[in-house]
Amino acid sequence: MKMYLAVLRLRLNMGMQYRAAALAGVATQFFWGFIIIMVFEAFYEHAAMTPPISIKELIQYIWLQQAFLVFVMMWFRDNELFDLITSGNIAYELCRPSGLYGFWYAKLLAQRLSSALLRCFPILIVAFLLPKPYKLEPPPSIWAFLLFLSSLLLGLLLLVAISMFLYISVFITLSPMGSLLVFGVLSEFFAGLVIPVPLMPVWLQKIAYVLPFRWTADFPFRVYSGHIPESEAVFGIFIQLAFLTVLVLLGRAALNGVLKKVVVQGG
Amino acid sequence: MSLYFKYLLIHFKSQMQYRTSFWLLSIGQFFIPFSIFAGLYFLFERFGQIKGWQFFEVALCFAIIHMAFSLSECFARGFDMFSGLVVKGEFDRFLVRPRSTFVQVLGSKFEFTRVGRLLQSLIVLVWALSNLSIEWSAIKAITLVLMIVSGVFIFTGIYMLAAAMCFWTVQGLEVASIFTDGGREMAQYPLNIYQKWVARFFTYVIPFGTVNYLPLQYILGKANGNELIHMLTPVLGSLFIFPCFLVWQFGVRHYRSTGS
Repeated sequence: MKMYLAVLRLRLNMGMQYRAAALAGVATQFFWGFIIIMVFEAFYEHAAMTPPISIKELIQYIWLQQAFLVFVMMWFRDNELFDLITSGNIAYELCRPSGLYGFWYAKLLAQRLSSALLRCFPILIVAFLLPKPYKLEPPPSIWAFLLFLSSLLLGLLLLVAISMFLYISVFITLSPMGSLLVFGVLSEFFAGLVIPVPLMPVWLQKIAYVLPFRWTADFPFRVYSGHIPESEAVFGIFIQLAFLTVLVLLGRAALNGVLKKVVVQGG
Repeated sequence: MSLYFKYLLIHFKSQMQYRTSFWLLSIGQFFIPFSIFAGLYFLFERFGQIKGWQFFEVALCFAIIHMAFSLSECFARGFDMFSGLVVKGEFDRFLVRPRSTFVQVLGSKFEFTRVGRLLQSLIVLVWALSNLSIEWSAIKAITLVLMIVSGVFIFTGIYMLAAAMCFWTVQGLEVASIFTDGGREMAQYPLNIYQKWVARFFTYVIPFGTVNYLPLQYILGKANGNELIHMLTPVLGSLFIFPCFLVWQFGVRHYRSTGS
């Protein structure tokens, strides 16, 4: 456990080095946030029926999404790991006296965490200070906020568990592009990055609710805005925990499976 | 010009050496905008319209801007990837050759896999056009083509500006993606759904409005006022590339090699 924490800390420090890049990213995300909000405003203006999520809740959803974008994006990846697998340097990793799954998990977790820590605060603070319709409101109660925090953290753990499958699949395909694409498009769509889950048609929502992707980001954001009431949120956290356990166990088994078959050629 | 086509041919041949990878990437490029378009479709299914614009009208807008984007990404990729040339000092080699730097950088890279994205927007275009009742005339058809061409010019211009910035900053700037990726995302809806200041900025500073809004009004028969002006706006928008070209020339003159 201590070793994983050390990996985590090391990676966090590394990620913090790229502050200028993070700032540029923040500017980009602001622009995106504004554009998306304006599009939804225009849609809502003449809506025939009352939409299932109010514009106020939606705006909070979008700002949180922009602030914690690295918690949703599959594209945010570690090319080093891909190189390790395709170039055969994986042999060095196997020599380490630690489980590969836990080691990589800690690495990936730290990467996302450091990037999010750098980016989320500027976005959140400025979004709080914006004038009225665009403002990020505080959550309805302290309980909702605590539930949001815990579900966000669990969502992050869940996302890293999902992304582990991406790296495992590269052992079989040897080219990251294909798996990245399938994982990227599917997971981002079903996590509500293209359109928020409540605005999807009902049949699509049913699919999204079965898949693990929406629990990573859609669920915590809706807990924050109060769109999901607190009693339901507690129940949801248990579902997150269940998904997490199943995915970690599956991932560990799958990784051990492909590692048995791995052939490292000299060179 | 013949040099440019020679570059084109060589890059095409070299990318065709990895045929499977090429097709897979192209299919991937097909599906990324596909999911965005699916999102657009679902939103219209729920809301019906956006500030008086119907689904197929916005789909037309979407198709045009994505076509322009994929074309410029395919052919102006050299400028998009330019920071790599400066960092490695490879740009020095371009300077000693007796040809313009513009053609050489343009020819330094092509991304033919964008054909997938192009195909996707082409399908949307055909679908949208077959569902819209437009009284076609030769002039309207020309306007449609002009819109796409002008879009390509604007995106290329932004790539050039971003590339010219590298002469001073060396590293590529992520901020430029606000205007390329962000511009694409924004311009897939007609400009008048946005707040006034956004619409103004993207009409007079970076003229996306001349690609997707003003001529679109004309094609759909929504224009009030002089139709000729609406029709010619894409031409005016294309002029955007000239200041970009000047900035580029200015940047080249101030280039200092990294020496590596």
